[in-house]
Amino acid sequence: MSTKLDVLKHVMVPDHKIMSEAEVSALLSHYKITTEQLPKIFHDDPAVKTIGANVDDVIRIVRMSHTAGMAEAYRLVIKRPKK
Amino acid sequence: MPSPKRIGRIEFGLLSPKEIREMSVRKIIWADTYDDDGFPYPQGLMDLNLGVIDPGLRCKTCDQKASECPGHFGHIELAKPVIHVGYTRLIRKLLRVTCRACGRVLLSPDEIEKVVGTEDDQTGDLLSEKDVKKERICPHCGDQQLKINFEKPTTFSEVMVEDGKKVEHKLTPADIRARMEKIPNEDLIPLGINPDVARPEWTILTVLPVPPVTMRPSIILENGQRSEDDLTHKLVDIIRINQRFKENQDAGAPQLIIEDLWELLQYHVTTYLDNEVAGCPPARHRSGRPLKTLSQRLKGKDGRFRGSLSGKRVNFSSRTVISPDPNLSVSQVGVPRAVANEMTIPVRVTIHNIDELRQVVRNGPLRPDVNAPCGANYVLRPDNRRLRLADGNLDTIADMIEPGYTVERQLRDGDVVLFNRQPSLHRMSIMAHRVKVMEGKTFRLNPAVCPPYNADFDGDEMNMHVPQTEEARAEATILLSVHENILSPRFGGPIIGGIHDHVSGIFMLTHGIRWFTKEEALYLLRYTHVEHMPPPGKEEDGIQYWSNKQVFSMILPDQLNMVFRASSCQNCDTCEKEMCERDAYVRIIDGILEVGTIDKKAIGAFDGQIVNRTIRHYGMRRAADFIDDLTKLSIRAIMFDGFSFGIDDEDLSKTEYGQIDEVLNNVASDVTRRIKIYEDGQLEPMPGRTVEETLEMQIMQVLGKARDLTGQIAGRHLGLGNSAVVMAVSGARGSMLNLTQMAGCIGQQSVRGERIVRGYDDRTLPHFRKGDRGSDAHGFIAHSYKGGLNPTEFFFHAIGGREGLVDTAVRTSQSGYLQRRLINALQDLKVAYDGTVRSTGGRIIQFQYGEDSTDPTKSAFGDPVDVKGIVESIIKEEV
Repeated sequence: MSTKLDVLKHVMVPDHKIMSEAEVSALLSHYKITTEQLPKIFHDDPAVKTIGANVDDVIRIVRMSHTAGMAEAYRLVIKRPKK
Repeated sequence: MPSPKRIGRIEFGLLSPKEIREMSVRKIIWADTYDDDGFPYPQGLMDLNLGVIDPGLRCKTCDQKASECPGHFGHIELAKPVIHVGYTRLIRKLLRVTCRACGRVLLSPDEIEKVVGTEDDQTGDLLSEKDVKKERICPHCGDQQLKINFEKPTTFSEVMVEDGKKVEHKLTPADIRARMEKIPNEDLIPLGINPDVARPEWTILTVLPVPPVTMRPSIILENGQRSEDDLTHKLVDIIRINQRFKENQDAGAPQLIIEDLWELLQYHVTTYLDNEVAGCPPARHRSGRPLKTLSQRLKGKDGRFRGSLSGKRVNFSSRTVISPDPNLSVSQVGVPRAVANEMTIPVRVTIHNIDELRQVVRNGPLRPDVNAPCGANYVLRPDNRRLRLADGNLDTIADMIEPGYTVERQLRDGDVVLFNRQPSLHRMSIMAHRVKVMEGKTFRLNPAVCPPYNADFDGDEMNMHVPQTEEARAEATILLSVHENILSPRFGGPIIGGIHDHVSGIFMLTHGIRWFTKEEALYLLRYTHVEHMPPPGKEEDGIQYWSNKQVFSMILPDQLNMVFRASSCQNCDTCEKEMCERDAYVRIIDGILEVGTIDKKAIGAFDGQIVNRTIRHYGMRRAADFIDDLTKLSIRAIMFDGFSFGIDDEDLSKTEYGQIDEVLNNVASDVTRRIKIYEDGQLEPMPGRTVEETLEMQIMQVLGKARDLTGQIAGRHLGLGNSAVVMAVSGARGSMLNLTQMAGCIGQQSVRGERIVRGYDDRTLPHFRKGDRGSDAHGFIAHSYKGGLNPTEFFFHAIGGREGLVDTAVRTSQSGYLQRRLINALQDLKVAYDGTVRSTGGRIIQFQYGEDSTDPTKSAFGDPVDVKGIVESIIKEEV
């Protein structure tokens, strides 16, 4: 039995998925934005590390919302700047 | 859509001595400012090359007049280098990480790479003092390093070991500068310094820039004396000492004197840059006031950033004390005549309004009374010349005006103004009201609009702003009017509604059943907008009577249907509905109040069910009218019976006092009994608690219960005939607990949720035995406010009261700062047309506003549709 913690299984960690290139371009054209205008997430975020996303990937996060039940958010993986 | 320009990079650098000399227009050598004729000394601190402040003179550098010359820098050549206080940290770091002999960083390239990372994969970390071990040997030249001591504010020294003893050897700024010069450029980059713009030796000043006179103007006092700016004073000191230093140096003065003067020069330059440095006595004015030098001009609330750049003052505003006037509409504001006469609105003259404006001009600047038509204070000619209106020229100017002129007309009834009370914490802190000119010297407002402003009348002041353009007035009326802001976006309910006496009054009017004659009913409804009386509810002996519920129903919107429970509802297990003995079951069908009492739940600010439903079904304007009617009706209702509270309203009868004494005696013996069990070691501790904690909890619980019991006893005696009970039950003000404390027993005083334990050894006060665990020794107050406290009780009460005061003080300051930071972070966000929340750079913050794109003021307490309300109004029954 492995003792390694899978953060994705924790109740409070929402669902993280790497988006395909086609999905990303659809997202960008829907909002008429560049990847720079997306919210960011650091590459060393535990959830990002677990799903194996790399810098410049876009991640879809589906989480519980008080107002909408389920809400989707998209984040661009970036390198954590040092200090 | 990105903004047209984006900051890509900011470079922070130091001014090099060369740059300082290059930008300087004049070398300053004299400490004097003006000669006896009031003319600036050449090469003095007020040299004409540095810019001009006296009118009539011209700048020798740019040949412009006083108002146009921006000023130019000069410079002072310092006799010896001195340290810039702002860079002492950096200097300390550099001294500690570099070699004292060769100036290289005390780390091998491998060690540097470990911290900074390789060429193409830099971690972004910079070398710090911690990365270099103390007193090591230089890896480049093998020199033994010494420990560097830094003493605030500007003293650096090396610690040497001589004959087994530690000796501190002071480093002069010149020594430090020499060491800084030795550091090679390539070693600076891993330290986070770009040598192209900031060589480390530039942190040691050899030449001091003299700021232009325009930023340190001298002022001429009433007695004709010149008074110099603080900066000028400081510069005078620096030049004097510098001069003396040079003379002593040239004369070959002993080392000791040179060192003293050097230190003095350092002190003056330090305080010139920052007069609040730790470990350095601030330089003072002759009067004893500390000088405001460079850093003080920038720092803090009144500094350049917070005070001058982000803080702004405005014209067309006024401020005075506020006082209540229930006869005003909530959307009005009473403006004193003196204010209305002073504040103006520009009106452009056209062929359509010229006659009216001529009359306004003829009325002149003095309005004799509030009912007189408004006048005007100024007329603007098409060439923008301003003509002041005064008694003599009214007719001439009135005949002169023609289309193209602008008349600055005084405020009059119905003008739109913005009304504001600080702190402006939410958007309802600024609302647009309609002017009503009144006598007196205070702004008047309807007490129902106090909650959004968080205002009361204990001396509060408020500000009024007069919009000057049509666009501003349109924006004010459409977005900021009071009736557009009845609903708070904070919780989606009405924030404007009845308060205090409105609630008590409407409660007394609608509670139970009462009958009014026509005269009485009309007295109550006098100031409301009601136009027709319904048929009387009953007729006895030929006299027509209207019930209290009928009277209230007259101000309700027609066809309103709702069923709810009032504030006085006790949440009984089985609801008696119409038969409720407290009349707390409210049913309104077709705009008629059938049963129930109207109180805080129905019309109060923050709750206001009727107000809320009215807004949803009939719109904001109808709700505002309802609130206006309500405030008038309720004030008349409370005046109809009269309402007061006196000390004897807290009196109980002999039986109650006997019962209260019995309860208190019982609880005292109960506490003693529990202490006895504890002392005998028989007390069973609760899980996870010590025996002492268990005892404390038991005692707290028992005493709390006793206090509630006294409250119940007192409550039995005090019925709705008591004003305090009416206020507590209706939700107007106060609670039954307050009443308990006044009439029954104040109860346990606590500090941090525990009984009072602090004080002397093993006791709170010398009045008690050591180790006494009894109720009165630890802050239980058995008396009531009416009965009076004994001295020890009074002391404990003061302890408990102080804790409350400290808590509120801490909370307000902390939440205020939190709010400031939140607002600074969020202020420029907006909802774009596609429903996303974006920053000014077009970055997406939220993909859908609130994740459900719902405006809280337009939703029914979080739900997009108010199903209950709609069904209720159609089937006309409770759902």
